[in-house]
Amino acid sequence: MAMQHGARNGAVTPEGTHPPAAVELRGIDKSFGTVRANHDVSMRIGAGTIHGIVGENGAGKSTLMSILYGFYQADAGEIRVAGKPVMIKSSHDAIAAGIGMVHQHFMLVDTFTVLENVMMGAESGALLHSSIQKARSELSRLAQEYSLAVDPDAVVGDLPVGDLQRVEILKALYRNARILILDEPTGVLTPQETTQLFRILAALKAQGVTVILITHKLGEVMAVTDTVSVMRHGELVADRTTRETSKEELAELMVGRKVRPSVAQRHDTIGAAALAVEHLTVRDHLGVDRVKDVSFDIKAGEIVGIAGVSGNGQSELLEVLAGIRPPTAGRMVIVDRDVTASAPCDAAEMRNLRLAHVPEDRQRLGLVAAFTAAESGILGYQREAAYNRGPYLDYDAVAAHCGDLMERFDVRPPHPEIGSRKLSGGNQQKLILAREIDRDPRVLLVGQPTRGVDIGAIEFIHAQLKRLRDRGCAILLVSVELDEVMALSDRILVMFEGRIVGEVAGEDANARDLGCMMANVHEGATESRAS
Amino acid sequence: MEEAFVFAILTATATVRVATPLILCAMAGLFSERSGVIDISLEGKMLAAAFAAATIAAVTGSAWLGLAGGVTAAICLALLHGFACITHNGNQVVSGLAINILASGLTVVLGIAWFHRGGDTPSLEAAARFMPITLPLADSVAGMPVLGTLYSRLLSGHNLLVYVAFLAVPLVWWVVYRTRFGLRLRAVGENPTAVDTAGISVTWLRYRAVLICGVLTGIAGTYLSIAHNASFVRDMTAGQGYIALAAMIFGKWRPWPAFGACLMFGLLDAIAIRLQGVHVPGIGEVPVQFIQALPYIMTVVLLAGFMGRAVAPKAIGVPYVKER
Amino acid sequence: MNGELPRWIDIGLIPILNLCMALLVSGLIILAIGEDPLQAVAIMVRGAFGYEEGIGYTLYYATNFIFTGLAVAVAFHAGLFNIGGEGQAYIGGLGVGLILLAFDSVLPFAILAPLGIIAAAAFGAAWAAIPAYLQAYRGSHIVITTIMFNFIAAALMVYLLVNVLIKPGQMSPESRVFLPNAHLPFMHEMLAGLGIQFTSTPLNISLIWALVCCVGVWAYIWRTRWGYELRTVGFNESAAVYAGIRPRRIVVATMCISGALAGFVGLNEIMGVHHRLLINFTAGYGFTGIAVSLMGRNHPFGIVLASLLFGALYQGGAELAFEVPTITRELVVTIQGLVILFSGALAYMSTPWVTRIYRALNRPAVASSEV
Repeated sequence: MAMQHGARNGAVTPEGTHPPAAVELRGIDKSFGTVRANHDVSMRIGAGTIHGIVGENGAGKSTLMSILYGFYQADAGEIRVAGKPVMIKSSHDAIAAGIGMVHQHFMLVDTFTVLENVMMGAESGALLHSSIQKARSELSRLAQEYSLAVDPDAVVGDLPVGDLQRVEILKALYRNARILILDEPTGVLTPQETTQLFRILAALKAQGVTVILITHKLGEVMAVTDTVSVMRHGELVADRTTRETSKEELAELMVGRKVRPSVAQRHDTIGAAALAVEHLTVRDHLGVDRVKDVSFDIKAGEIVGIAGVSGNGQSELLEVLAGIRPPTAGRMVIVDRDVTASAPCDAAEMRNLRLAHVPEDRQRLGLVAAFTAAESGILGYQREAAYNRGPYLDYDAVAAHCGDLMERFDVRPPHPEIGSRKLSGGNQQKLILAREIDRDPRVLLVGQPTRGVDIGAIEFIHAQLKRLRDRGCAILLVSVELDEVMALSDRILVMFEGRIVGEVAGEDANARDLGCMMANVHEGATESRAS
Repeated sequence: MEEAFVFAILTATATVRVATPLILCAMAGLFSERSGVIDISLEGKMLAAAFAAATIAAVTGSAWLGLAGGVTAAICLALLHGFACITHNGNQVVSGLAINILASGLTVVLGIAWFHRGGDTPSLEAAARFMPITLPLADSVAGMPVLGTLYSRLLSGHNLLVYVAFLAVPLVWWVVYRTRFGLRLRAVGENPTAVDTAGISVTWLRYRAVLICGVLTGIAGTYLSIAHNASFVRDMTAGQGYIALAAMIFGKWRPWPAFGACLMFGLLDAIAIRLQGVHVPGIGEVPVQFIQALPYIMTVVLLAGFMGRAVAPKAIGVPYVKER
Repeated sequence: MNGELPRWIDIGLIPILNLCMALLVSGLIILAIGEDPLQAVAIMVRGAFGYEEGIGYTLYYATNFIFTGLAVAVAFHAGLFNIGGEGQAYIGGLGVGLILLAFDSVLPFAILAPLGIIAAAAFGAAWAAIPAYLQAYRGSHIVITTIMFNFIAAALMVYLLVNVLIKPGQMSPESRVFLPNAHLPFMHEMLAGLGIQFTSTPLNISLIWALVCCVGVWAYIWRTRWGYELRTVGFNESAAVYAGIRPRRIVVATMCISGALAGFVGLNEIMGVHHRLLINFTAGYGFTGIAVSLMGRNHPFGIVLASLLFGALYQGGAELAFEVPTITRELVVTIQGLVILFSGALAYMSTPWVTRIYRALNRPAVASSEV
């Protein structure tokens, strides 16, 4: 049953009346300079429901909720809470109106205890003494009611990520939030922590709290929400009741056209192992093992994809393979070079061994915003003889090289002297990809190649990767988008909590089995135990 | 034995007097830096306050008005620093440097123009200064061995601002760790976005911190010109603002350890002259310049991590800008 | 910094606006002490450029500011703040003095001159290398350590000049005078050799060396691969690691270059002007270098212009102090502080309303072109 844009969507009771909306947004407009983040958005969220807001990156979901929480002010439009119009000029007003928000990046003070973090800003007096008593008793009450147990005297900096999120939720509830916004809460959680979160949300709903869930993960939306709004390019495109729609319909609405998941074709150009990893372990500065005893190889002419929820060690693995970070134990073999903890290899040496790297976080690592595109175009290769003439850089050669890259990879606008930061995200990605692929590397490491990239560029980038593979390059692909991994990989490895927990051939892959492996659920094992 | 005790008392008294401006400035810098604003202009604020206090005291004949003048001058410079760093997101180190240089020049320019004494202000009468205070019963217990001398020579006989400085330390500790303002202050220096999303104004918090910094440096400067001495002398701060900065870092941005560092550096200064000509076995004569450089050397050694780690507030030096 | 404004406004108009604001406040201060600001400006301009001796002194001061300005700029491009120019200049001068005291009786000028350059650079670099190493490998904040090292340098120099290097039998803490073959030729001497009459001033051949350094710094930072790596570290350290650059090495190398440049002040002062070691020859040049670099937008060309300005300020200020009894050198210090304030800390204060004016001026053009 299709609904019109802007139509009301509250749950209808048997008598046919609508319960009052907890939050209503009318005609919200917001622009940042020339970028229109929200355009005439009107949304109605029923009280005591769990409402999802979905959309791709840049759809405007976070901006909209930041306006509701008072972090930004809308250029036009009205906000109503429980039917009454409210002016939300700052987070202070939002909190007073009963709105709380759990941000994507935690708003916690690492050196404080849980108690201090919860209290800060909501103290009951000028002296802390009385606030501490009140906070303690309130925290234990909240822990009981919503099973949100955290040690109030633990120092936040030492807590695991799942606990940090609980602290954020407790902060909001401590301030009597009746409307709780969660911005991409599961991006950093393990599957168990995600399940626990959903249990907490259900408990909140049972207590009459309205929950707004911002996410781009459709599986979660289907599992937990009552109603869902879809946003695209700053506009609200649809409202649906969750049980009356499907993942496919939501995906279509998010993207604007039918999405066909493609499957990798079989081919025969696989050669010898170009890169081998043996019992690799990586420990971070807190002493936690992020990569645990991982072994695999990548052969020339194949794409190996690593699937997994972000935060399971893929980033650290990429950093070690690229030479950005040394391994803690185990080794990596590329050509005849053994890379171990005692014989580390930096990124420059890796490049000499013909390993290229397209980083996950392109703006932080892949280019320098203040450089021109031409200068970013030689990042990592600035010492090559081709770009140098004696002690000086040969800027003519550098610019010519960049122009060539831009033409071949359709980077727009194709001007080498343009500032790197002026290129759009997709064009930056294409430039970085061009730079690395142009080296005709022996091994290519690629992290999140199409994050934030528009549809047309995605298909182009996928085609380029396949062409490179067909020329005999060994490619390691890391992506949180399961569809992308399945579309490109000849072999898929699944990482969970730092280990490889499964390997599947590309043509045999299906989303359900991979999803189980990513969640570390072994259906075969359960069955055999039961029988 | 008697001689050694007298020597100890004299040294302790000298230490207290030298450490007073250091303590006040270190506490001042602590407030500013804990809120996330780097402040290397303790020196300049103290100098400006010293000049203003001496000028007002000379003109009005009142020490209290002099104190008010000194504090006002320091607050003006503190607000300038805040304006540049908090409101305009300017470079905090550059701003501090500018204030130091501005103060060192302006105090002499105005001093010469108004008093024609080469940059100094006129010598003050006792009525226009903060004179030593004799604590109750000090005279009567002076005869008692040990305790009596301690009370009458070390504890009693300092001017009011010395007592203010020493009492400031527990007060600062209490404000920073036991009040709502202190909790929020520490939070904004570690994660200003967290404070902003809790509905509290980052700007107002930082301005308050910077204001308190101004008040405390104002008292320090006033002490120098109209309590410890009897007039303003050009460049009279002589780097003490930087030593206070070093002491604050040495104390790892905490009140009591910073206080200890101030006492230690004050002690070094007090015995520097006395150590001249003294032979240390195995090294020979210790040059006075070495003792003078010791606070700076020790701070570098601390920062190099050889005396434990000094971790600054996480968000320090970074202007707070709401992210897009 | 603002992507919307064209470059000429960003690097030309706004610095001039900042300078004007500083001068305006300075004028108010001059008024406050009962003098005429316009007359003061006239005296200063005449003192700096009105006669030969003034010009000579202006250029001599500018030489030192070029060195310290370059030092700050080089460090700045690597993301570092070098406030230690004062101490590095001091120790650089020490190096020059030691070499000359040791060899001025055995070596000719042709060898002593390059030796002096090397000594100034090496000693200045060494004094900067320790804070650099501590920042790169131990995480110690370079601003604090370089401030501390300034004080340590001062104490060290006083100790050496009072106890070790002092010329026997004299009271003032100075070394003996160097032999003539250890003097850098003065400009007026060189011009006399060409038949041109010029008044005697401290201006010497170091000015040429300063200009050579300007070209060298420009080429190094913007035309070589090492400069590319230096700028990468300054803009984005993570990208530098990704690119196989080692930030720690860059930090230490950059600070060494920076210290060496500051050390050349010692070359100018010790070998070029005073011809002996003495205390306090750095006289605030290190801090002024920060102002110069900020005003000159950390680019050698801008630094030369800013150095000339500050040289004129110093010399004009001396002239003003000479002519007007109520004004002393400290007025120049005050103006300097104001310039640092407006060009450094409040550098972008004028940007919002400049942007508004710029937009308003451009809008009619857009509207008319659409008609």
